[in-house]
Amino acid sequence: MAYNFKEAVKKPERLAGGHRMCAGCGAPIVARQVLRALKPEDHAVIGGATGCMEVSTFLYPYTSWKDSFIHNAFENVGATVSGAEAAYKVLKKQGKMEYDTKFIAFGGDGGTYDIGLQSLSGAMERGHDMVYVCYDNGAYMNTGIQRSSGTPKYADTTTSPAGKVVPGKQQWRKDLTEVVANHFIPYVAQTAPMGNMKDLYEKAEKAIYTPGPAFMNVLAACPRGWRYDTPDLMEITKLAVDSCYWPLYEVINGREYNITYMPKNKIPVADFLKAQGRFKHVFKKGNEYMIEEIQKEVDSRWENLLKLAGQA
Amino acid sequence: MAIRERLSGNEATAVAMKQINPGVVAAFPITPSTEVPQYFSSFVADGVVDTEFVAVESEHSAMSACIGAQAAGVRAMTATSANGLALMWELLYIASGSRLPIVMACINRALSGPINIHNDHSDSMGARDSGWIQIYSETNQEAYDNMLMAHRIAEHKDVLLPVMVCQDGFITSHAIENIELVEDDKVKAFVGEYNPEFYLLNKENPIAVGPLDLQAHYFEHQRQQAEAMKNAKKVILEVSDEFEKMTGRKYGLFEEYNTKDADVCVVVLNSTAGTAKYVVDQLNEQGKKVGIIKPRVYRPFPVDEIVDALAKFKAIAIMDKTDSFNAAGGPLFSDITSAMYAKGVFGPKVINFTYGLGGRDVKAEDVEAVCNEVLKVAETEKVESVYNYIGVRE
Repeated sequence: MAYNFKEAVKKPERLAGGHRMCAGCGAPIVARQVLRALKPEDHAVIGGATGCMEVSTFLYPYTSWKDSFIHNAFENVGATVSGAEAAYKVLKKQGKMEYDTKFIAFGGDGGTYDIGLQSLSGAMERGHDMVYVCYDNGAYMNTGIQRSSGTPKYADTTTSPAGKVVPGKQQWRKDLTEVVANHFIPYVAQTAPMGNMKDLYEKAEKAIYTPGPAFMNVLAACPRGWRYDTPDLMEITKLAVDSCYWPLYEVINGREYNITYMPKNKIPVADFLKAQGRFKHVFKKGNEYMIEEIQKEVDSRWENLLKLAGQA
Repeated sequence: MAIRERLSGNEATAVAMKQINPGVVAAFPITPSTEVPQYFSSFVADGVVDTEFVAVESEHSAMSACIGAQAAGVRAMTATSANGLALMWELLYIASGSRLPIVMACINRALSGPINIHNDHSDSMGARDSGWIQIYSETNQEAYDNMLMAHRIAEHKDVLLPVMVCQDGFITSHAIENIELVEDDKVKAFVGEYNPEFYLLNKENPIAVGPLDLQAHYFEHQRQQAEAMKNAKKVILEVSDEFEKMTGRKYGLFEEYNTKDADVCVVVLNSTAGTAKYVVDQLNEQGKKVGIIKPRVYRPFPVDEIVDALAKFKAIAIMDKTDSFNAAGGPLFSDITSAMYAKGVFGPKVINFTYGLGGRDVKAEDVEAVCNEVLKVAETEKVESVYNYIGVRE
């Protein structure tokens, strides 16, 4: 069914308000949109890796999750949810499950790109019928903005500070979407909460209702780590996408690449960087080379994606 | 009629798991426990169990998946050894803290480093305070029987704690012994259906597991867990009684062997107790009054019962198959001496022997030397050395 924004927002809310996520944070928006893609009659078992979203939504004795929720540890939401899914399979086989249950794991980039990578990879390779959603804010925000392998180059974080000699993070960001796509699983998507949420919703729906493992890498801006004013969340997300820093695309069975959003005017990455305090130093006189380097890398990765999608 | 078989400890464990027919088994290969998931996956492949076998990519994920599965509403089991158990460490506490009655076969092996694949108790002893019930097994028969009892203990409403059934790697896990199996239908009836009160897959009553639990409630939850471990002792005895009615095989918190007329006692776990029984039989014939206490239930630690049993001896030798590297004796020694002091039992002289690390062969002569030393302590009423090693080149 074609996406209808008005209809989509009428669906029952599955993440209750009153949680403790920051104003201007992208993560709860991502979670709400993903859950909105569930059929109202379907129950979900949701796993959360340790991180901002988990500690802010499930603080004893309260929970924001209207479905069943499990938090285990930082690095193992992939394995945890795969265990729950295996339990479901056996109960289905024994005729003890009367309804359909969907399995969704949420982890930040720290819990997904880094410490949870093995657990994610194992869960995807084993073929569990689950969706792993990485809400990527590009650093360990929960512990106080430390660099992760999802942090972009030159970003100022508390463990890659922009100092007098070393100007922020020195490495390029790992392309996790490609890493997971190369597991040749049924569905992989990169998306962001943007505009009327069509891209995110449609990909979530496909991910949830495609049998077998699916992975979504979703950009989730962080006002504390990126240092922007909280009302700028939607604007900054759009800059990331329009600059092709964060292209929106999907990969079917690890082979068929579809770019789902083609920016009408690809804007300079400097526009995206300029909006964030973590890149303040790259705009200082004498640091022009940093912006040039970043632009070159963004262009190169975008061109590579165009080739993969047969649009080069 | 019970079934007479010849099985290794690993196979006996796998057969028990087959009869239990758990919802999920998640495991990763590590010597010497590897055979357990190997045998079990053949049961899955042949369709003789309903179980979903999750061939995870690490022991960390094995325990993580067990937690997910058990919380979801089915029985989850695993088997591991040594470094595998160490890799699960973080999750052992989460399993017990989340009150999930997972059952694990721990095939005891020395922890690295240096790497060593053979038996000692450094793995499970390191996990002794992780909130898991620990039951130790001398023989293949005991490993099998303990496994059949584990779920009844773990899932009891006054307990709800995970259980680790330990046996000695290679010594029992790979040695084939005569064993008496219980019939499938009797096991099924004994273990019963798993019907958790709260579970993730219940759409009618969705739950949340594993909260952020701060200053206001964490302590109360830990306190409840401590109480559950206390409750476990009574439940273990009840389940063991019921098991005895079914099989005729009697199990308690620990086994006393030739202690009735003994002046001194050796306390020893798992397979070495078998060697010790052989030695003690011979020494008793020579008129040497030595007996054995073999703890079966190590967590919860049976403070009252073990102190009552030990109070009458002139001297006690406690054997630890692990080194705590604390310059103050092994875990069994520390727990027993602490229990005796707490109960006001100061009579017996107590000495400690660390033995058999990394699979060093434990010979009858070694146990005999321990017996002779503890007899000497009783006779002279003098302890020359509290902390001792046996069977090592100094």
